[in-house]
Amino acid sequence: MSLNSNIPSGPMATKWSKHKQDSKLINPKNKRKFTVLVVGSGLAGSSAAATLSELGYKVKCFCFQDSARRAHSIAAQGGINAAKNYQNDGDSVHRLFYDTVKGGDFRAREANVHRLAEVSVNIIDQCVAQGVPFAREYGGMLANRSFGGAQVSRTFYARGQTGQQLLLGAYSALNKEIAGGGVQMFPRTEMLDLVTVDGHAKGIVTRDLVTGKIESHAGDAVLLCTGGYGNVFYLSTNAMGCNVTATWRAHRKGAFFANPCYTQIHPTCIPVSGDYQSKLTLMSESLRNDGRVWVPKNAADCGKNPDQIPEDARDYYLERKYPSFGNLAPRDISSRAAKEACDDGRGVGPGGRGVYLDFAEAIGQFGAKTIAERYGNLFDMYERITGESAYKRPMRIYPAVHYTMGGLWVDYNLMSNLPGLHVLGEANFSDHGANRLGASALMQGLADGYFVIPTTIANYLVNQKPGSITTEHPEFKKAVENCTAQTKRFLNIKGKRSVDSFHRELGLLVWDKCGMARTKEGLTEALNRIPALREEFWQNVNVPGSGDFTNPELEKAGRVADFMEFAELLCLDARHREESCGGHFRSEYQYPDGEAKRDDENFSYAAAWEYTGNFSQPTLNKEPLTFEEVHLAVRSYK
Amino acid sequence: MSQLNLHLKVWRQNGSQPGHFQDIDAPDIPDHASFLEMMDIVNERLISKGEDPVAFDHDCREGICGMCSMQINGVPHGPEKATTTCQLHMRKFRTGDTIWVEPFRARAFPVLKDLMIDRSAFDRIQQAGGFVTVRTGAPQDANALPIGKEVADSAMDAAECIGCGACVAACKNASAMLFVSAKAGQLNSLPQGQPEKDRRTLGMVRQMDKEGFGNCTNQYECEAACPKEISVRWITKLNRDYAVAAVKDAFGNTRKEAGGGD
Repeated sequence: MSLNSNIPSGPMATKWSKHKQDSKLINPKNKRKFTVLVVGSGLAGSSAAATLSELGYKVKCFCFQDSARRAHSIAAQGGINAAKNYQNDGDSVHRLFYDTVKGGDFRAREANVHRLAEVSVNIIDQCVAQGVPFAREYGGMLANRSFGGAQVSRTFYARGQTGQQLLLGAYSALNKEIAGGGVQMFPRTEMLDLVTVDGHAKGIVTRDLVTGKIESHAGDAVLLCTGGYGNVFYLSTNAMGCNVTATWRAHRKGAFFANPCYTQIHPTCIPVSGDYQSKLTLMSESLRNDGRVWVPKNAADCGKNPDQIPEDARDYYLERKYPSFGNLAPRDISSRAAKEACDDGRGVGPGGRGVYLDFAEAIGQFGAKTIAERYGNLFDMYERITGESAYKRPMRIYPAVHYTMGGLWVDYNLMSNLPGLHVLGEANFSDHGANRLGASALMQGLADGYFVIPTTIANYLVNQKPGSITTEHPEFKKAVENCTAQTKRFLNIKGKRSVDSFHRELGLLVWDKCGMARTKEGLTEALNRIPALREEFWQNVNVPGSGDFTNPELEKAGRVADFMEFAELLCLDARHREESCGGHFRSEYQYPDGEAKRDDENFSYAAAWEYTGNFSQPTLNKEPLTFEEVHLAVRSYK
Repeated sequence: MSQLNLHLKVWRQNGSQPGHFQDIDAPDIPDHASFLEMMDIVNERLISKGEDPVAFDHDCREGICGMCSMQINGVPHGPEKATTTCQLHMRKFRTGDTIWVEPFRARAFPVLKDLMIDRSAFDRIQQAGGFVTVRTGAPQDANALPIGKEVADSAMDAAECIGCGACVAACKNASAMLFVSAKAGQLNSLPQGQPEKDRRTLGMVRQMDKEGFGNCTNQYECEAACPKEISVRWITKLNRDYAVAAVKDAFGNTRKEAGGGD
């Protein structure tokens, strides 16, 4: 099937303004007749729901947490990029655009990235107007800091909790609209399936996580703002509830899943300490502004107290390998470099899977007080988890799964190949290519929700008759029956193993074979083992309790069942992409110095997978990536 | 890493039915585990014995989403200062300890199951005025509105609130004043929040009362329990803002319908 990305014609710099001009309008009286279903209440979901309601659409918004404010955007620490050039350091929309395309290892769609860079400046204005308390200088102007993959300071931040402050801003806008009656909010409600009618997305089926009731909701369009699939690895920096269910269920109804193999491993997380561990905790990338990453030069020194290792016995490997970006090399590159150091036997801490992030020099230069002002809450968090003080000895860090660049395929209007189904934020595939730069996820979530979808959704809705499909339609009944049957099936298995034990096993397998470095052989092994594990899951999982009441085990079972299917697509995509780019590193494809070797001739496309009814044999559709503005080059940070 | 042998007394309750404490032995708990990871281990064992696992709220497990909410040995989020339940680690306990685990208790936070509670009252309070009425796309350039560092930092202190409800659980009156004052105070102290200051204050306070939270009697248990160390000075500010707004309201200077409450 050919994929039409609907990229506007004309020069890159004017595509978005031209598209806004050319987009359809719906008059205010008619907007009220349209219902839009927004699934997820993170940055993308809350901002979209609030803004669509401001425009006059009727909005229903769903989240599985007990409050919209708890969506996992809340946990983003470091910051949000915007091409404001407040620092007069030469930043511009074009430079942010270029950095993002390059940072994504030339695997993103240029036109989407340019639009993202353009609206980045509006996001900051919007958030400040809502009362988001960004860090400021004494003169009252907004402060900035640097982030990986950029040589300018364009990152706005609010202590170490930029995500919480931006989400509270979007949540306050959402509350304003809930109070005004434009948005109906459904907390503790999980989407179980997408309902399509004649190929169009016209509704969802949900489960009320308190009463257990399975319900239908009809709408004129559906927006999935449901985040990424990082929890397929079990251990990740994602929240425990993050899942692939909404996007996977949409995929099974026909939506193409693009580039699932682009997964981001964040270089600075607290290392794993035991097999009881439920999640990994991120230490913001902003720490790399002042922290220096090193391991001992000599493997024999690894067991020593870091104080006892003299300066000339330390290998500041990022500064050595990437002198122009140093400790601020992009995430994929920093992560792999840490893995290489540990594979080389020079890792520190339990199990030898850790590297030092050292603040001694910064503390000496600026004083502990200044460092505490910048990162105090992160240092506190580190101490709570590890029992060690980073003021006194270097932090130990190791890469962990953090973000997923792949997601449902969307066109320039953020609409998937299923008409009416729109996908925003981390859940779509479009803006970050094969690797996301730091402080760009918040930017994309809010760009999609505040500024893109409010314009582009009308291009779909204008041709729809509002309210023409109701929950009386047989497709809803069918979907409800399927969901009810799945619940019954889970409860009747009464096997021997817990849901978590299956999730752990799947996660370890995927991390081992489809993590920081991948090989054809390893991926093939994973692809052989996943169906067997899935089979065992459906024979031997133990889901206690009933479907008629709060049942967290049942919720988890549904999510893990979908991860079991999705994991296969993840590995298939990783095996088919015979090149290394960004977060996808195939050991067979590298330069002699260990850098990723891209193959533009054969793989300069987005891989959009189509469900065929057989998980092992999806159909590959390709959207060729053409670069008008950016010159394809080897991505170098040396 | 060492292992702890613990004894738990865990609150079990189904919806509106009466609850009770269940005695659960928790041997061989790694001291590096977080409190919630200890509960995961306990649940795994309950499931393998065919028993009902303990339901509890949790999500981010990094101390920011505000979803976890356990009263541990009578203290919201347990014994460690400025720490949520998910960030509390078992090295803070000793082998042989008996640990009491309860939900946050307040009339306005009904128990759903075991340790899960309904905190939607907090959402409704914020819907009653916890925002700046600004449309997407309307604002001026962000730096056109200078805000002094002290003011911005102070607003940020209030904005750190994660909406967990520990302040309510710690208060003998189940008052929500620390939460409401932090939420109102962030916006009331910023220039963006000035035009709606009175209606925001009245709306949020009236909704708080309607939800059945108790009155503040200045015991400051809330501040001591707050995982983000929100200061009670915000309560002082809210009282001041409320007094001004209420007087203006009484003299008809605040539009009646503006409050969003009654």
